[in-house]
Amino acid sequence: MMDLPARTFRITRTDLVRYAGASGDYNPIHWSDRIARSVGLPGVIAHGMYTMALVARAVTGWVGDPAAIIEYRVRFTRPVVVPDTDEGTELVVTGVVKSTTEEGARVLDLTATCQGEKVLAQARATVRA
Amino acid sequence: MPLDPAYAGKTYPPAPPYLVGREKIREFAVAIGADDPVYLDPEAARAAGHPDVIAPPTFAIVLCQWGIETLIGDPGLGLDFDRVVHGEQRFRYVRPLHAGERVTRTTTIEEITFRVGNHFLNTRTDMVADDGELVVTAWLMFVVRGE
Repeated sequence: MMDLPARTFRITRTDLVRYAGASGDYNPIHWSDRIARSVGLPGVIAHGMYTMALVARAVTGWVGDPAAIIEYRVRFTRPVVVPDTDEGTELVVTGVVKSTTEEGARVLDLTATCQGEKVLAQARATVRA
Repeated sequence: MPLDPAYAGKTYPPAPPYLVGREKIREFAVAIGADDPVYLDPEAARAAGHPDVIAPPTFAIVLCQWGIETLIGDPGLGLDFDRVVHGEQRFRYVRPLHAGERVTRTTTIEEITFRVGNHFLNTRTDMVADDGELVVTAWLMFVVRGE
């Protein structure tokens, strides 16, 4: 079985502002360094759901069908810090096919890293055959 | 203030029905950089067998917002959102959400636990179409950091 090849997503502050508006999640830790630091973060971090959305893009792009995901879960273990620079940061997504269900759906174990550190745990998507 | 464990099992009244809109799907798809035509072009979506443009998988979190606000606004539960971290997220899809449908959302507190100084609040939101079909189930787990 072929595995999901590494895919890299660049994340900038602009992306976080756009995602805040589109999702309705205006938590200031995603746009204000001042508030992010006041709660003990190193600076503005990406929405966990934005990271989850990018990982899903890697999965559906690999499958070739945007409607293929039937189950999807992640645990958010480490914040994705997004500096206020033109380059922002990078998220690297990889995946391994772990098993196939009786119905033929494939179960993918997913890995997302930022600056060399894993930011998700138990990230898993099931895609229909 | 800690969470009240007696709230485990509580189901809140359904949120006002959510009308899934083409332009909201487009806005969300653009925001996550998803440019597949089935998210953006009704003709392409129909050609792929969908009634209208479909929503990207994690769009379902938008429909959870009402439930989250309900939990925050429930004084008896004692959820201090300044101390909350989104710990886990899980979705199960029967099919993708699509533009033009009306969805009823019901949020339930499945479990409240306490370990190593933190509270864990497990919630489930069921998203049901007008014809009664369960379309998406979303589980949100919040970590409430200890004082």
